[in-house]
Amino acid sequence: MTLRTPVARARGLGSAKEGVHHWWMQRVTAVALVPLTLWFVASLVGMAGAEYAEMRDWVSHPVTATLLISLIVATFYHAALGMQVVYEDYVQPHGLKIVVDIATKLIFFAFAVASIFSVLKLAFAG
Amino acid sequence: MAVRERPLSPHLQIYRPQITSVLSILHRLTGVALGVGTIVLVWWLVAAAVGPDAFEGAQGFLGSVFGYLILFGWSWALFYHLCNGIRHLVWDAGWGFDLDVLAKTGWLTVGASVALTVLAWIIGLASMGG
Ligand code: HEM
Ligand code: HEM
Repeated sequence: MTLRTPVARARGLGSAKEGVHHWWMQRVTAVALVPLTLWFVASLVGMAGAEYAEMRDWVSHPVTATLLISLIVATFYHAALGMQVVYEDYVQPHGLKIVVDIATKLIFFAFAVASIFSVLKLAFAG
Repeated sequence: MAVRERPLSPHLQIYRPQITSVLSILHRLTGVALGVGTIVLVWWLVAAAVGPDAFEGAQGFLGSVFGYLILFGWSWALFYHLCNGIRHLVWDAGWGFDLDVLAKTGWLTVGASVALTVLAWIIGLASMGG
């Protein structure tokens, strides 16, 4: 059984093309972010006022580096999906909406790459 | 085809703020604020990767009054969005839509986010002193 109209099925597209996947990934990343952000904040709280060497040693630990990179990926994916919804609700006209959405995604992508590279550099090169 | 007059929804200003609507817009506002706040996270990580001097600079800024203000706001926004995000996920599972339950989980979210923020800062400031 399907709830989609015949014409929608024929075109193979919903109104948003990939709405369910978007919605679903927003939930999946949210579920991942619950333990990851709690762990991250607890770590920061424990390290408040730490020296550089202490921070580097913390990041270089394989478990920390793995969790940090997971946090970075989940955060930027989740935030990109979330910002898209906000733009869809408020930004007009359509062309401008596309422009700010693409700009946001490119910036978040660059942020994610810079963050991951920084974690790896601390882990491998000190 | 003739364009029919569509009913217009009343303007937002005439609605009394309610726990449901206020928390809903707060979820959106904290989500956007956290998105902007990732700049600080990126800066902190990149500074650490650049080296001790850059890291000291970032830490110095975050340790200033302005830095503390940002961190404090960020911590509450994160805890609020986290708690209300769990509330969203529970709704997605199909539970919690009765009006009295909505109000209860709403206030629970507000209380938990404030309590977690205060707790995090007490522990953080104590670990700095020690
Ligand atoms: C800490 C764990 C987190 C959880 C459990 C969580 C949960 C959620 C959920 C369930 C939604 C969908 C709400 C809806 O359908 O209206 C959402 C939206 C959103 N989240 Fe998060 N989130 C978390 C962290 C973050 C972080 C770290 C950021 C940014 C860096 C963020 C940014 C956003 C944005 C921009 C939206 C869209 C807001 C809207 O449409 O009104 N979230 N979040
Ligand atoms: C103070 C009042 C209001 C606030 C704070 C508010 C806030 C929001 C927010 C944050 C969303 C994003 C979706 C979500 O969080 O799940 C949303 C969606 C929506 N709101 Fe409101 N809203 C208000 C009043 C209204 C009113 C009066 C109407 C209609 C007469 C309305 C109709 C809608 C619709 C149709 C959506 C989209 C639902 C969807 O995307 O599936 N809202 N609102």
